Amino acid sequence: MSLPRPTDYGTPAKESDKYVTLEIDGVEVTVPAGTSIMRAAQMIEHPIPKLCATDSIDAFGSCRLCLVEIEGRRGYPASCTTPADNGLKVKTQTPKLAEIRKGVMELYISDHPLDCLTCPANGNCELQDMTGVVGLRDVRYGMNGANHFTEGTDLFMEKDTSNPYFTYDPSKCIVCNRCVRACEETQGTFALTIDGRGFDSRVSPSQMEAFMGSECVSCGACVQACPTSTLIENGIIEHGQAEQRTTTTCAYCGVGCSFDVESKGEQIVRLMPNKDGGANHGHSCIKGRFAWSYATHPDRIKTPKIRKSIDDPWQEVSWDEAIQYAASEFKRVQAKYGRDSIGGLVSSRCTNEEGYVVQKLVRAAFGNNNVDTCARVCHSPTGYGLKQTLGESAGTQTFDSVMKSDVIFVIGCNPTDGHPVFGSLMKKRIRQGAKLIVVDPRAIDLVKSTHIKADVHIPLRPGTNVAVVTAMAHVIMTEGLHKEQFIQERCDIDSYNMWKEFVSREENSPEALAAEIGVDPQLIREAARLYATAGNGAIYYGLGVTEHSQGSTAVIGIANLAMATGNVGREGVGVNPLRGQNNVQGSCDMGSFPHELPGYRHVSDTTARSQFEAAWNVQLNPEPGLRIPNMFEAALDGSFMGLYCEGEDIVQSDPNTQHVEAALRAMECVVVQDIFLNETAKFAHVLLPGATFLEKSGTFTNAERRISPVRRVMAPIAGYEDWEVTQMLANALGYPMNYTHASEIMDEIASLTPTFTGVSFEKLDKLGSVQWPCNDQAPEGTPTMHIDTFVRGKGRFMNTLYVPTDEKVNARFPLILTTGRILSQYNVGAQSRRTPNSEFHSEDVLEIHPTDAEARGIKDGDWVGITSRAGETVLRAVVAERMQAGVVYTTFHHPFSGANVITTDNSDWATNCPEYKVTAVEVTKVSQPSEWQQRYREFSRKQEDFLANAVAKV
Amino acid sequence: MSHSSGPDSLIKMANQIGSFFDSFTDRELARSEVAKHLSRFWDPRMRRAIMAYDTEHKDHNALMPIVREALSTMPAPPPNN
Ligand code: SF4
Ligand code: SF4
Ligand code: SF4
Ligand code: FES
Repeated sequence: MSLPRPTDYGTPAKESDKYVTLEIDGVEVTVPAGTSIMRAAQMIEHPIPKLCATDSIDAFGSCRLCLVEIEGRRGYPASCTTPADNGLKVKTQTPKLAEIRKGVMELYISDHPLDCLTCPANGNCELQDMTGVVGLRDVRYGMNGANHFTEGTDLFMEKDTSNPYFTYDPSKCIVCNRCVRACEETQGTFALTIDGRGFDSRVSPSQMEAFMGSECVSCGACVQACPTSTLIENGIIEHGQAEQRTTTTCAYCGVGCSFDVESKGEQIVRLMPNKDGGANHGHSCIKGRFAWSYATHPDRIKTPKIRKSIDDPWQEVSWDEAIQYAASEFKRVQAKYGRDSIGGLVSSRCTNEEGYVVQKLVRAAFGNNNVDTCARVCHSPTGYGLKQTLGESAGTQTFDSVMKSDVIFVIGCNPTDGHPVFGSLMKKRIRQGAKLIVVDPRAIDLVKSTHIKADVHIPLRPGTNVAVVTAMAHVIMTEGLHKEQFIQERCDIDSYNMWKEFVSREENSPEALAAEIGVDPQLIREAARLYATAGNGAIYYGLGVTEHSQGSTAVIGIANLAMATGNVGREGVGVNPLRGQNNVQGSCDMGSFPHELPGYRHVSDTTARSQFEAAWNVQLNPEPGLRIPNMFEAALDGSFMGLYCEGEDIVQSDPNTQHVEAALRAMECVVVQDIFLNETAKFAHVLLPGATFLEKSGTFTNAERRISPVRRVMAPIAGYEDWEVTQMLANALGYPMNYTHASEIMDEIASLTPTFTGVSFEKLDKLGSVQWPCNDQAPEGTPTMHIDTFVRGKGRFMNTLYVPTDEKVNARFPLILTTGRILSQYNVGAQSRRTPNSEFHSEDVLEIHPTDAEARGIKDGDWVGITSRAGETVLRAVVAERMQAGVVYTTFHHPFSGANVITTDNSDWATNCPEYKVTAVEVTKVSQPSEWQQRYREFSRKQEDFLANAVAKV
Repeated sequence: MSHSSGPDSLIKMANQIGSFFDSFTDRELARSEVAKHLSRFWDPRMRRAIMAYDTEHKDHNALMPIVREALSTMPAPPPNN
């Protein structure tokens, strides 16, 4: 038996304060005004046959299968396009309707191959269902007329198998247009059209190209919308229809899409975005929907391993031996160098429960506060900046809030690539008419794409965000565009007065700062006026804001703008950090920072600390511990010699790779827990197998503070979920932990964290997901924060003086390198590189402006050396107009690219978040890989051999 | 050879903190914010190192005045274990 499809109401839900009541087949039903008759009928479970309608997209009215009779009206209106109205009396089944529907189906079937038994959609095909529903028994026209399915005839088209994840078989197409509309309305890419007219017409990506060569971004929305097997997942073609469905949460980005994993036994057939998902409402991107085959990749680490030195081959050992060895090494290091000489890192990809247990291990079993997470290197300035100003280290809204925004201000983020599902929603709102301001050095997709155009684009010089937001504040205050009443009521007045005087100074005007920013000051004035006066203003920002020496200052500047214009505390507005990884928000919430206990309470806070001391039965250190970069420095100074690193790849993802390598080599005990031999594991002494999100239970918290369940679909490949491994290590160190399920960890979190008191696995089962704060005051969670007052009481303004970075261009390093990510790959790429996504992005390249390329004799495709003050690497050049002259760009998804060999130790003043976004470099044409690349390849090959030849210890 | 940049990197970090708060017109507030920031975010060994640098370099001190003023108000950090 294949799985039942989720109920399809045919047309989208409508919101209205007006309700209408009508009668359908004698049953009275009341619906919001604007609801279609089709949807109303489904609500009382009188489904109307349909083919061209589905509830994720607007009705189109082309198939004529959904006709109904309405008392007193002539003809047979289509129920998908006819709105419900007061007093209507509708009949969904009459002999006449049955006859018409049969006729419609007969026409469809006459141009459809009758190979249902061997069709991949068999058992899950709407055409098949409708044929059954209308009771079609024979096709009067026969099957021998002109058609699209007989090979060798004029109309026949070959299958398109160019996309690695789905297949297009034109012979099965009924031209219902659902795919085209899904690509337009849901995804916003406009890659599909109907080519040809009438009977000849067929769906075509771009201009009759193959899917892979077209503008298609492989989101899968069209596949999901297709009622037949014309567009179908290769998983279904290969494995057949699934038998089980488990709802879980995507482990890639901070959007946190909810998915139904469809499987049979432990074989996953496909992932379907969950229609009830609070963050994604049934949409997804290529990564979440398709790129999960890494979970069963042969490179997975399946057994624990140990070795004395990183120049030794690995020895395969039992779990018990590996854990005992790690514990005894940590104890030895602590005995020799002191209790503060070891620490732990937990990835922001891990679950909340895993993050919580790692910080507990460090604080309670290691006895110090040396715990950190990769959020350090991306959004730590968000935590700091928003806490200082608004009082809570989190975004203020839901994603859906953007649908109520009048002006959207995007700074330092590229949602269509980095947060694709939210990017699609944002584009939908822009197509509906919201204004758009983009502050980004590159002409990102949002600046101009199909039916989208930024009203103002400020192509600033990298590193000048603070100058831009401060200059915007200057315009708002000096032109009187601020909301004085809001400020007087809600904000701290001393801080406001100081800030107002500061930003109003002439030196902070757009004209004074324009030379630094590198744009026409008028653009900044326009942006400020638009943001302050166009109605609901919402700010979205990302790593282009945080990963700077003034990252925290820029976040503070953004919060200042929102407070000054009253754009906080209701739907449609707010300050919205777009988090990189799936659980950046959660790992910060869970106390993965060296200065903060879960719930953002400082370790020096005696009240909070004593609660944890009582619950954990241990004395806690009131002094902050080391942050990641500080750990590296301390390792080189000889005071930090042991590291437990769960799920994080600091060698590839942290700046100044050679510095990180040296620090790791200096340590005496490095324990890496990961699903693959990542770059950090090549420097490890103990290697513990990790589990993927498909193999464990827990929760992730997305960028809108939404806590969503992660549910186990298959058994962990090496036997344990990650929190279980941490627990074994704690026990081996003599600190008892006895959780039997991740839910018990969440119960402990809830009992110790005021914003989480109402959270439990049972509640998540019931509600699907919940946005914290979730407690007695808000048992079902808090979609919008700071509604009547700010979390800190009064909102605090802070001066944001622009201080140019030390990474200055000069004659030796005349170009600025900035880094980013692309849609199909994910961060260090450990997962996405091990999927067919690599067909979309097989290497990191250097994008360079034609003028800079020409001056250096560089042509598209040449190998170029990129040199900075920190190091040198070699990449292939792509000459691209979307770069500004003077700025070059690369991604960091592949280890040998060495993008981080060239990034420097510069970091954010408040949080040490590295300045990935600005590095002064020179680019030259070269003929061979850099010295580092050659050395690292050699080292890496040796380490891979050590793994391949690991021997069981005798 | 140590790759560690020793006090140099701490000096740079401390001055970056100083620069942020230096623009506060209320000098007393700025000083206490710098001190608070260092106490709340810097591990004691880092605080000890920067304080040692400050006391050892009465002249030719690379720290901003606001940082030096803040340091002078801070208690000696506890020893690391
Ligand atoms: S996969 Fe997505 S982008 Fe590609 S054609 Fe389908 S809907 Fe459009
Ligand atoms: S490909 Fe599928 S969704 Fe698109 S028009 Fe054909 S049948 Fe309809
Ligand atoms: S948008 Fe993010 S969370 Fe959603 S499917 Fe894509 S990677 Fe996963
Ligand atoms: S479903 Fe209404 S016309 Fe196709």
